[in-house]
Amino acid sequence: MKSFLILEDGTVFTGTHIGVQKEVISEIVFNTSMAGYLEVLTDPSYAGQAVCMTYPLIGNYGICRDDMESKKPWPDGLIVRELSRIPSNFRSEMTIQQFLEDNGVPGIAGIDTRALTRILREKGTMNGMITTNQTYHPDEIIPKLKAYTTGKVVERVTCKEKYKFPLTGAGLKVALLDFGAKDNIARSLAARGCDVTVYPANTTAAEILADAPDGIMLSNGPGDPKECTTIIEEIRKLYESDTPIFAICLGHQLMALATGADTFKMKYGHRGGNHPVKDLSTGRVYISSQNHGYVVNMDKLDPKVAVPAFVNVNDGTNEGLAYTGKNIFTVQFHPEACPGPQDSSYLFDRFIAMMQRT
Amino acid sequence: MPKNPNVNRVLVIGSGPIVIGQAAEFDYAGTQACRSLKEEGMEVILVNSNPATIMTDGDIADKVYIEPLTTKVLEQIIIKEKPDSLLPNMGGQAGLNLGMELDESGFLAAHGVTLLGTTAKTIRKAEDRLEFKETMEKIGEPCAPSLVVENIEDGVAFAKKIGYPVVLRPAYTLGGSGGGIAHDQMQLEEILANGLRLSRVGQVLVERCIAGWKEIEYEVMRDSAGNCITVCNMENIDPVGVHTGDSIVVAPSQTLGDKEYQMLRSSALNIINELEITGGCNVQFALHPTSFEYCVIEVNPRVSRSSALASKATGYPIAKVAAKIALGYTLDEIKNAITGKTYASFEPTLDYCVVKIPRLPFDKFITAKRTLTTQMKATGEVMSIANNFEGALMKAIRSLEQHVDCLRSYDFSALTAEELLERMEIVDDQRIYIIAEAIRKGINYDTIHRITMVDHWFIDKIAILTEMEERLEKEPLTVELLKEAKRIEFPDNVIARLTGKTEEEIKNMRYENGIVAAFKMVDTCAAEFAASTPYYYSVFGSETEVVESHPKKKVLVLGSGPIRIGQGIEFDYCSVHATWAFAREGYETIIINNNPETVSTDFDIADKLYFEPLTPEDVENIVNVEKPDGAVVQFGGQTAIKLTESLMKMGVPILGTKAEDVDAAEDRELFDQILEETEIPRAAGGTVYTAEEAKAVANRLGYPVLVRPSYVLGGQGMQIAISDQEIEEFMAVINRYEQDHPILVDKYLQGKELEVDAVCDGTDILIPGIMEHIERTGVHSGDSISVYPAPTVSEKVKETIAEYSRRLAKALHVIGLINIQFIAMGDEVYVIEVNPRSSRTVPYISKVTGIPIVDLATEVIIGKKIRDLGYEPGLQPAADYFAVKMPVFSFEKIRGAEISLGPEMKSTGECLGIAKTFNEALYKAFLGAGINLPKHKQMIITVKDADKGEAIEVARRFEKLGYIIYATRSTAAALNDAGVKARKVNKISQESPTVMDLILGHRIDLVIDTPTQGRDKSRDGFLIRRTSIETGVNCITAMDTATALVTSLENAETQEEMTLIDIASIARRGK
Repeated sequence: MKSFLILEDGTVFTGTHIGVQKEVISEIVFNTSMAGYLEVLTDPSYAGQAVCMTYPLIGNYGICRDDMESKKPWPDGLIVRELSRIPSNFRSEMTIQQFLEDNGVPGIAGIDTRALTRILREKGTMNGMITTNQTYHPDEIIPKLKAYTTGKVVERVTCKEKYKFPLTGAGLKVALLDFGAKDNIARSLAARGCDVTVYPANTTAAEILADAPDGIMLSNGPGDPKECTTIIEEIRKLYESDTPIFAICLGHQLMALATGADTFKMKYGHRGGNHPVKDLSTGRVYISSQNHGYVVNMDKLDPKVAVPAFVNVNDGTNEGLAYTGKNIFTVQFHPEACPGPQDSSYLFDRFIAMMQRT
Repeated sequence: MPKNPNVNRVLVIGSGPIVIGQAAEFDYAGTQACRSLKEEGMEVILVNSNPATIMTDGDIADKVYIEPLTTKVLEQIIIKEKPDSLLPNMGGQAGLNLGMELDESGFLAAHGVTLLGTTAKTIRKAEDRLEFKETMEKIGEPCAPSLVVENIEDGVAFAKKIGYPVVLRPAYTLGGSGGGIAHDQMQLEEILANGLRLSRVGQVLVERCIAGWKEIEYEVMRDSAGNCITVCNMENIDPVGVHTGDSIVVAPSQTLGDKEYQMLRSSALNIINELEITGGCNVQFALHPTSFEYCVIEVNPRVSRSSALASKATGYPIAKVAAKIALGYTLDEIKNAITGKTYASFEPTLDYCVVKIPRLPFDKFITAKRTLTTQMKATGEVMSIANNFEGALMKAIRSLEQHVDCLRSYDFSALTAEELLERMEIVDDQRIYIIAEAIRKGINYDTIHRITMVDHWFIDKIAILTEMEERLEKEPLTVELLKEAKRIEFPDNVIARLTGKTEEEIKNMRYENGIVAAFKMVDTCAAEFAASTPYYYSVFGSETEVVESHPKKKVLVLGSGPIRIGQGIEFDYCSVHATWAFAREGYETIIINNNPETVSTDFDIADKLYFEPLTPEDVENIVNVEKPDGAVVQFGGQTAIKLTESLMKMGVPILGTKAEDVDAAEDRELFDQILEETEIPRAAGGTVYTAEEAKAVANRLGYPVLVRPSYVLGGQGMQIAISDQEIEEFMAVINRYEQDHPILVDKYLQGKELEVDAVCDGTDILIPGIMEHIERTGVHSGDSISVYPAPTVSEKVKETIAEYSRRLAKALHVIGLINIQFIAMGDEVYVIEVNPRSSRTVPYISKVTGIPIVDLATEVIIGKKIRDLGYEPGLQPAADYFAVKMPVFSFEKIRGAEISLGPEMKSTGECLGIAKTFNEALYKAFLGAGINLPKHKQMIITVKDADKGEAIEVARRFEKLGYIIYATRSTAAALNDAGVKARKVNKISQESPTVMDLILGHRIDLVIDTPTQGRDKSRDGFLIRRTSIETGVNCITAMDTATALVTSLENAETQEEMTLIDIASIARRGK
């Protein structure tokens, strides 16, 4: 069946329909990872977005459930050049087609994904619609596309109730604030012996601190950080407690906003597994997994509060902060990888060492 | 980290002659490294014995020594040039080994030379089997259970313990020479004995056989600060068991999930960190197909064939970055030249699929075993890019130029299902065609996978192609079907064949429906950043990214495709120089080529690079987009020449010599007419199509006769026939493929063979020099030792040659290059053949005369006159030194190949000896070719009757040098009768000890075996020659070569210091 991707700027791509038949409006972003489509699909940070994979051959190794980063796929839609006809991997349990259908995700295949990427690169991230309706009317659709925002999407992805992470350790107590956390954050901590408890995003600071954790982990998550106004207020309180804090991605942005810094939306963000980040404390460069559309504005940092700890080698944007006089460090990229390089997993060790010190 | 201030004068070692396992990729890497070093203000001193390379040009390095790659020569160069550093990791295994030897002996330290890039300690850790294994154990990286053995007994005992089959890998050899898989003790003993002998350190690794596992490679970069990235990973479609150089390889990996991908990536980074490699490194893994278990197969701490492939596949210039790292820069300080925005520490990401297919020489060595093993056999490779795997595979297949254009090109349809299953057990270059036929016959994927261990995903892709073949045959050709066929890169001619239409009809249908190729950019970043590098590949069903350019003049330079015997790196040299020359003249330059190993496919050689098959359809797609003002075909070998007619049909003017004149040189009747008009004699002959006609002509001329197809390079299929029976045999071989042109049968004249390369501007001709072949006519010019200036012919002959050349060039209206081969019998000169195009000797003669032939030819093509370019027409004065070009063979790699020299070319590469005297030049040339004698001073002579007279003279001279001579019965009798002491040895069929036992005893330096006529390989001679080659004994098959060798050895006795000649200074003098 024919399917269409209609962009805010009026561009229309015609391809074939994949997944469930459903019309969606979403923010269109691209990811440059060559492997790890399942991790991308199950990353809650993609809630409110439809993701285009720049690698043209997707689904080659099927669906290996162990690789899921959450219980279900989150993107509003999947945009690919080609879906593999058969999956081939000893762990594969089903085809990606089946997975999309089972989970109600629509998508489009057979379009020139590189051309789409070039449009997003040149004009910036924009909204779009995936539809199988052949009689679409751009005049009606485009105003709708322009009006779309992801909104308070964290509320959609966070867990509803506090829970203990399964297979967790018995060591340091870590409170993981779930803004849309990828499972590998908790897994990485648990693997290092931590006793991880996951809290919904709207948990108050008082409630968390009452559990007396050894450290607090602020997770990744979707959307514009500035939408998370009440969460930011609570994070301010966590900042003021003396509990060690490590934050990733959205968590990093929220901590920055809570302490007086600013964030802005990037033209088309960083989404992929090949971005070099420099650890300013050692001068070493690591290849990182990235997925963010917003970034902390380095120009507005107060060095008395926080100083840059990591920087993106390519475009010089902020990739991490060290908080002055505090046991707090935060990163924009994803040390939990999945998908992507595991080069910066040492940051979890750094967090553990920090908790042990205090 | 900034550049190391102590590095100013860098010695770079090249890889020497092209052999199987060490080919053009090192010219690419070395050239890129030298340019990168010069960019940083370094003075570069280059040593490489290979004159066909671009790296040995005066404008690539400051000092260029085309000298034998031995420690003695390098020591002399270091003393003379006083470099402060040595960069050893650009010259393949050969360069690395030399760097190591110089370091180990303490010579570098004594002369204040620092080893740049990776240290000797690191190289040992990576290359020494034992140290490597210990290092891997230390960091917990798994290797297959293995043991390094230094004798056969230990090998047998260990194999018993771990069970057969076992893999054998000799330490420090290139291309896996001497390795193999042993399935039982007998095979083990045989392979092990050979491997121990070939290993530089007498070590062979005996290892658990992990054949059938997925073979995955990572190209990794690391700087001195410890920053690491992976440039690319690659998956071999042929699982472990086939050398990666002989495997079909896809990039990036297709069947690995992120878990597997990152597991192996992390492992590769761990390894490069532990080995403390600075620069580039290749790590090969075996991954169990149904678990996360993996083994590290090997690590190459240098640029390699795989790194060249990874560079071309991603756009990331590994050698260039490695050179900067060697100077002290870190990855985050080096700009990515493709994007200009990112840094070298950005990992490339692909938004397309790359397929590499090896170019195997079985079309050349028809008697050789086609089986693929852990020992590499490919002479070259092709790469293709598409946005789907099927398309990339189809494009790669038709890039091979081996009469293949789709999965039906080898017809196995006559085999039954059982026969197919049986045939599938054989691992050879036809396996994908067998799999395709198995799919057509309904054999299921599981069965195919069980036998071949090829992943289901690849089998399904092959199935998609066979399904399309069937649809095209059975269904009406709708626009949708055509679109889909083009999406997976079915060429028009294949669609035409399958649908029963004409190619023209298919093309018209495409154009009418807008089904045209679009071009996408290779940009290292999947379009995340705007890239400025115009490196393109074609796809169907997409928008094109080519930025329209309207320069004053635009020229298309056609490359020469994969490296093969007969068409090697020389043509890349010519293409690159022509491109540069056009650029200097203000042209926008466009290169089309498909060979990932070469300099021409580096992204910054031409203004635009199209990485595409060199077929008329693929070229036309580019022409449609670029609309060039002209195309130049005379530099790209036969590959480019073959496209002439198609280009003209597309309306692209051919620059330089016109197509009809090229035809006149190839077409027998037209050429005879020209010879008549110009009063130039040639051997009598005729043109034929069938064996009957050939026999008739041969009997009219009288045997021996030369039989050859026209329009070929490298004497493909050329043979000397002495009987009707042989004519039948040779004609059958030639007619395996349908011949578009007649076959030539000429009277065979035995005399001195001479050759010129010249530039003609339509009026005047410039002849840089005359080359004389050491071997008499009958040995292909590419396999002959060639000497400049011609040492033994009279002035009259030289004048005649100059005059004939002038007449021929003029009569053929040559504009640009011409290559002419002559025979001299006394003072009589006959012409053998004329090629109005570049030839294999162009780089060599350019370098030794200092006359930049390709540059001049390009200027002439543009319309300049030789006189305007500052040259006096005619034969140029001879240089005051001698240059000897020596062919180099790779026979040891190709089991079953006949090694005796004849009219069909067999050498894979060449080296140069240049010196003040002929004898020294000859000595250097033999040394450069690896013939390093004496060792044991024992030799075997067995020659055919006709050669006995000459053999006596040669033997006498060897005897004088202290050689003990063994000879077979009749040769021994002849020698002894003539007073040369020869010990008689038994023939193979006679009782032991035989000539074979002698060779296998490892006490023989040299075998001189001139074959009796005929190609019957069961004969003793064939066995003797093969055994010699396979046991590493030098084997000479022409008396002229033997005479030259003994001359060289006599000279070696008196030779102390070698004279060193800086080629760069000759080039400057030439200008």
